[in-house]
Amino acid sequence: MSELLTIENIDVCYGNIKALSGVSMHVDQGDIVCLIGANGAGKSTLLKSIVGLEGLTNGQICFDGEVICQAKKVKHTTDQIAKMGISLVPEGRRVFADMTVEENLDMGAFMVRDQNVIAKKKEEMFDFFPILGARRKQKTRSLSGGEQQMMAIARALMSSPRMILLDEPGLGLAPLIIQDIFNKIALINKQDKVTIFLVEQNARMALKASNKGYVMENGKIVLADKASNLLTNEKVKAAYLGE
Amino acid sequence: MSSVAVFFQHLTNGLTLGGIYALIALGYTMVYGILKFINFAHGDILMVGAYMGMFAFDFLRGDAPLGAWTFISFLLAMIFSAVFCAVLGMFIEKVAYKPLRRAARLAPLLSAIGVSFILSNGAAWMWGTQSRKLNYPFDNSPITILGISITPHQILVLIVSFAMMVALTLFVGKSRMGKAMRATSLDQDTAQLMGINVNVVISLTFAIGSALAAVGGMLIALDYKCYPTLGTMTGLKAFVAAVVGGIGNISGAMLGGILLGLVETFGVAVLGIPQGYKDTIAFVILIIILLLKPEGILGKVEKEKV
Repeated sequence: MSELLTIENIDVCYGNIKALSGVSMHVDQGDIVCLIGANGAGKSTLLKSIVGLEGLTNGQICFDGEVICQAKKVKHTTDQIAKMGISLVPEGRRVFADMTVEENLDMGAFMVRDQNVIAKKKEEMFDFFPILGARRKQKTRSLSGGEQQMMAIARALMSSPRMILLDEPGLGLAPLIIQDIFNKIALINKQDKVTIFLVEQNARMALKASNKGYVMENGKIVLADKASNLLTNEKVKAAYLGE
Repeated sequence: MSSVAVFFQHLTNGLTLGGIYALIALGYTMVYGILKFINFAHGDILMVGAYMGMFAFDFLRGDAPLGAWTFISFLLAMIFSAVFCAVLGMFIEKVAYKPLRRAARLAPLLSAIGVSFILSNGAAWMWGTQSRKLNYPFDNSPITILGISITPHQILVLIVSFAMMVALTLFVGKSRMGKAMRATSLDQDTAQLMGINVNVVISLTFAIGSALAAVGGMLIALDYKCYPTLGTMTGLKAFVAAVVGGIGNISGAMLGGILLGLVETFGVAVLGIPQGYKDTIAFVILIIILLLKPEGILGKVEKEKV
């Protein structure tokens, strides 16, 4: 498998506070990779820096062999990175609450010009997430948390991205719904060949769904291994799996 | 005149005035919706629009005799003025606001006040401080429709301003860029994640707002004289209308503008307040509305994000 996303030794600072230091990792084409870690470890910061919402103070990020982010300069803006085929499902879902489900999907397809493709893609999404089809004309603010999360994932898929980044897809949701969402994520990876990089606090579910895992502590990667190995790793078990 | 006819008479007058306020209020509210900042130079754009329209109209009309071409050249002058102001609005944003986008919130506000002075003083320097009148040669004696007397100017103002509002509503509601504008005003970062270029959306917002102001300026010029500080009071009132309607909300700006027009008209007519105090009564009523609903009529209370 070839490397799709490569993160090389990046630092990100908020003022004097180093949020990420010397982070290196990669995600292979077609893989599902997860990053686990405690609250405030720097997981969201990492995702934001991949899409250019946070600047790097050191290192670089490459996508499909091309440098997309570089230290101390704006190599590409966030909308340009989105056009390259990286779609982030942000933490807290960030749906456009005052817009209907359908309008949200239209926004996800902003980069797609062909109306037929958009219509087809929408129907695909309504098949994949039937609850969204039933609520297509409803304002997104009236949806439940789980429905909003599905909406956010569907929105990210509208542009047919090569890779999706998921920031805490299980946040604030009931275990059954999280399980449902993880099943969908696995399906997206298998059927649509979309590469997936997900960040989760719910380590067990994330590792079970992934092939590979990274563990982050205080802005540093402290472990990297096959997900199945991490699930049986004593340190991971003690710190993240509550065993 | 029966009291019903009197009511409809005032209603017509109020809607005419309100339509113009609404056009101008839209510019304030659209910019606020996306950048969370009040473009205090917006009123002066309206003034520039009135002047440019006036010049373009004189130029296009030339010495042609009164006829269809006179009216066509008025419409062409309006389009020219709208395009001119759209470009001016985008230019001002690039030069005076964009560099301050990440600065403290007061900085762009002060920059806007500066631009406002530059525009009004620039107009005084180039075109003189003497007020001028748009030379619109058609007969403006009122005609009576269903017992309501209405001037041709009023008919023109009503048609143009309401057509503009319908067009804008359709654009924002249905078109791809219109939806992108709404998405950007709801959540700028997430809009970027969708591949929306926020700079393009901001430029477009300034272009549309300024074009609407230019049209409003030209409609004002039909009945009032133009002078370099024309935009100050009108702009201020339209700003208040936008706040009363719910700043950041497009339908709110339309509603607020129309309401302000009605309040001014009925305040003078029904309450018998002397013409000179009409601004006072309008503002008093608007303050009362804000006391009852501080976020504006259609505004939403902004929730703190957790």
